Amino acid sequence: MTQTMIQVQNLTKTYGPRVAIDNLTFEASKGEIVGFLGPNGAGKTTTMRILTGYMPPTSGMARIAGYDVVEASLEVRKRVGYMPETVPLYTDMSVLDYLIFMGRLRRVPDVENRAWEVLERVGMEDRAESFIGSLSKGMRQRVGLAQAIIHQPEVLILDEPTIGLDPTQVVEVRQLIQEIGQEHTVLLSTHILAEAQQLCDRVLIINQGRIVAEDTPANLQLRLQGGTRILVVLQETPRDDLLQRLQHLAGVRLVETVGEQRLEIIAAEGHEVRPQVARTILESGHNLLEMRQAEMSLEEIFLQLIQEENAAPPSSDEADTAEEPAPAESPEEEA
Amino acid sequence: MRTVWIIARREFTRYFTTPAAYLAAFLFLLILGIIFYANVAASALQASMYPGYAPGAEIIINPMVTLLVFMIPAITMRLLAEEQRMGTIELLLTSPIRDSELVLGKWLGSFLFVGALILLTLLYPLALNQLVDPGIDWGPVITGYLGLLLMAAAFTALGTAISSLFSNQIAAFVATLVLFLVLWLIGFPSQTLNGSPIWQYLDFSQHFYNTLAQGILDLRDVIYYLSITALGIFAGTMIVETRRWR
Repeated sequence: MTQTMIQVQNLTKTYGPRVAIDNLTFEASKGEIVGFLGPNGAGKTTTMRILTGYMPPTSGMARIAGYDVVEASLEVRKRVGYMPETVPLYTDMSVLDYLIFMGRLRRVPDVENRAWEVLERVGMEDRAESFIGSLSKGMRQRVGLAQAIIHQPEVLILDEPTIGLDPTQVVEVRQLIQEIGQEHTVLLSTHILAEAQQLCDRVLIINQGRIVAEDTPANLQLRLQGGTRILVVLQETPRDDLLQRLQHLAGVRLVETVGEQRLEIIAAEGHEVRPQVARTILESGHNLLEMRQAEMSLEEIFLQLIQEENAAPPSSDEADTAEEPAPAESPEEEA
Repeated sequence: MRTVWIIARREFTRYFTTPAAYLAAFLFLLILGIIFYANVAASALQASMYPGYAPGAEIIINPMVTLLVFMIPAITMRLLAEEQRMGTIELLLTSPIRDSELVLGKWLGSFLFVGALILLTLLYPLALNQLVDPGIDWGPVITGYLGLLLMAAAFTALGTAISSLFSNQIAAFVATLVLFLVLWLIGFPSQTLNGSPIWQYLDFSQHFYNTLAQGILDLRDVIYYLSITALGIFAGTMIVETRRWR
């Protein structure tokens, strides 16, 4: 039985007239790595700050390990490890002193040994005596991770854990997160799609404070990697038997209904499925209006989702939205 | 309470690694030393003209008040302002500590540092005791130093509260200094213009020069400084708490 570690219901946060997050609802169970994907300004950081007890929500409910973030804030904070986006550290302290200080604040027993343990975990034993101010960005990121796990939190919240790192460091930090994710529930935010795909069991795509898509990276990957996307428009709503039959065609990996009369079919690479698809549709008594092939990367899906979202008539609150989120940052190349 | 101590200890030790605090402490002790030397020399001159005259500890205690007014803003300006500027406050506020414990710890760290400096200056009354015959009156020294410590507690608490308002240390310094100067002089107009005694009650110098510095221990003065201390810590906690809601 999986245990729900993060439970968010109708969470809303407004800054004056600006709606940062709008009625967010999601869950994460124990041992899951959940990715929070979205453009800058989408509300990722705000959500994380609420979950870590840094700021209270305007309305809605959030629980960590069953504790409400407002009513039992201290209990929540004991159970959460947090690495903010900017990785704020005391530059005038040595790595070891810093970890001991943070560990003490979180009441870690035998804090010195534990500090050495986490240093080893992030591969920084040899830099224990270095001043944080003299560390590179990648090293600081690791110290940030080390302080987040020093009290063995049940939930780990990482805000853009690989931002600003060079490709080698990115790989290292991702590896670290994957290892950590085996024992902890991890919620990480990113605007790099490949990262979400590689690390996460589940991905939430968020834009303008709302979840626009939620899927496993495997499904997202289906849409992305090498697959061919075929859009089909029918004259009538497709019946279930058609969907069944299409699904069983050789080379078809995924069939989804998109709207009333549209179907989206993902075919495996190297399979030309269009003739069979057309035949199947006609044989099942549907009328085919249109069929076209569209290649789509996850980036495009992401952009499309966001554009669809933006095109939707804005609610009165959102009309005031001050910050226009930048359409997905140019995704970094995967090493 | 343990968390208060963890924060306080870190703040206290940090004063020994930051140049600004070192500089403030150095100037404090240096200027005090010069004043002490000048006052002793002046007293020697006076004693040569009026036999029987001997200076008391006031020649060291009274100038120290002035120095504290200028030094404490430099000691407390950093406490929360820097955490806010660097963003490190985010990790403190997401650690399992109460906002009040954070503010209390910050205050305690700075108070211990200033308190240690004040106690260090006890060397001067000891030296003076050697210089004058038949030695100085220790009563005013005891109440005077108690008064200085109480004043330091109140000032550091106000400084902590003001530091929590800013993310710029210089702004915190100036605001704290202005507040101290206001509190120093607020009783002055009502004294001369026959105004409301409330202003005089708020004036910290009214609770020091004529009582504690003279060897008079009045509970009202002690309560004055302690309530300012409590007010500062309370206000600081409130400010940190409201900052979460932004």
